[in-house]
Amino acid sequence: MIHFDNVTKVYVNQNRPALDHVSVDVDKGEFVFLVGPSGSGKSTFLRLVLKEERPNTGAIHVAGKDLARLSNFKVPHLRRRIGCVFQDFRLLPNKNVYENVAFALEVIGKPRRFIRKVVPEVVELVGLEGKAHRMPDELSGGEQQRVAMARAFVNRPMILLADEPTGNIDPATSIGIMKVLDRINRTGTTVVMATHDAAIVDSMRKRVVELEDGKIVRDQSRGVYGQAY
Amino acid sequence: MRANFIFSEVWIGLRRNLTMTIAVIVTVAIGMALLGIGLMINAQVGSMSTYWSDKVQLSAFLCKKNDPFQACKGRSQVSDAEKKELQTRIQSMGQVDKVFFETQEKAYANFKAAYSSNSVFLSAVKVDDMPESFRVKLKDPNDYKAVFDALSGAPGVSNVVNDQQLLDKFFGLMSKLRWAALVVALIQVFAAILLIGNTVRLSAYNRRRETGIMRLVGASNLYIQLPFVMEGTIAGLVGGVISAVLLMLAKVVLFDGMKNYFVLSTQLGWSEVAQVITLTTVVGVLICILASFVTLRRYLRV
Repeated sequence: MIHFDNVTKVYVNQNRPALDHVSVDVDKGEFVFLVGPSGSGKSTFLRLVLKEERPNTGAIHVAGKDLARLSNFKVPHLRRRIGCVFQDFRLLPNKNVYENVAFALEVIGKPRRFIRKVVPEVVELVGLEGKAHRMPDELSGGEQQRVAMARAFVNRPMILLADEPTGNIDPATSIGIMKVLDRINRTGTTVVMATHDAAIVDSMRKRVVELEDGKIVRDQSRGVYGQAY
Repeated sequence: MRANFIFSEVWIGLRRNLTMTIAVIVTVAIGMALLGIGLMINAQVGSMSTYWSDKVQLSAFLCKKNDPFQACKGRSQVSDAEKKELQTRIQSMGQVDKVFFETQEKAYANFKAAYSSNSVFLSAVKVDDMPESFRVKLKDPNDYKAVFDALSGAPGVSNVVNDQQLLDKFFGLMSKLRWAALVVALIQVFAAILLIGNTVRLSAYNRRRETGIMRLVGASNLYIQLPFVMEGTIAGLVGGVISAVLLMLAKVVLFDGMKNYFVLSTQLGWSEVAQVITLTTVVGVLICILASFVTLRRYLRV
């Protein structure tokens, strides 16, 4: 599903590469934790999958497409098959839960009837039934992140990228978030989650890819966060 | 659905940037009105020059009783023999197309028609004050020199007037006005482009959350950019409508009013005004669309 082949990314005005000859394969339906200290290249990895950045060398395939040969014109179509969740939720403050989720479908031109049918289903899937008409500032952090996950998943993406989704949320609420991610993963969606949260990684027992200074230092199926942290 | 969504985005954008939107509308309106006035002067000059090129181009006025002109000093009114001789002489010239004789009565009638609004002036002038004249139409209006010179010294001729020279002065003035209007219009268009650029930039900044999410969930570039471009287009269209009103006022007040000051000027028709309005509105909207697109390319990299 995601295939990195010897990928190096150096940002302009930086001498150290953000990713240094990284090769990794993520299969369809896998759940992968991307761990490592800040600046180790986790976010760069996710940005490369979205083609928000281009690698300096190496090849990236996502959902069977060679990103180097994907024209800018087709990048939006790639992104429709990838859902994204962030530490800071990125909800629209002037829209309620339903509208925030529906927005993702409206802007890719889905018909209204489809939106009316699908959005309530997803809102229920993330555990927000009955709160569809709340505004984001009336929700807790955990609930806001659930809205963000509903928005990321509403178009049934093949891949879900999560960049520290529990970074702003207390440990008890994080468990609920992870349950939703697990539920999404069980529908067949590949999930890649970058995180610092050792407790979560240890409890989930999923594949762990550890990055340090842009290099993969560990790739373990059913791994833990690691002793060093 | 799609149209609904885009229009609601456009409406939000226009309202959030109300002052900038008004600035764009005013600038476009003034710029396009000036451009339109330049084009209307152009049309006016064009129709007047075709009108005048069919008319008499050279007038040889003849001595009347107590004529104050130098050429008539110390001699009496022009005689019938002199008139006859002059007419044959003019007709024999190669450059001449046609020649008419204008009597004092005819000259007075023309004078009365031209100054019908000025009764004081009219009552002061008598039929006897009007000169008789030969009105000469040339084959080529620019080829007047030989005829002009030949008639100037001829016995019985008080003075010779070349209409072309009079018209040239008028057309020169019109052309200056036209250029002034066009230059100011150009400056306004430039200002409009910068203003639209700024408006779009502000709008893009105000909506960076929305556009960020749109990019993330895979909205196409067109979908992301269309609300911004529509904002510019609507501002341009409203500016165009205001400029259309200004141009219609200009037609009624300036161009129709002109015939009170210039004798026998032709009137600018509404069909010409409609053409000018269409052209300026299209130009205004196109400028807005282009300016929006160019700015978006810089501030909404996808």
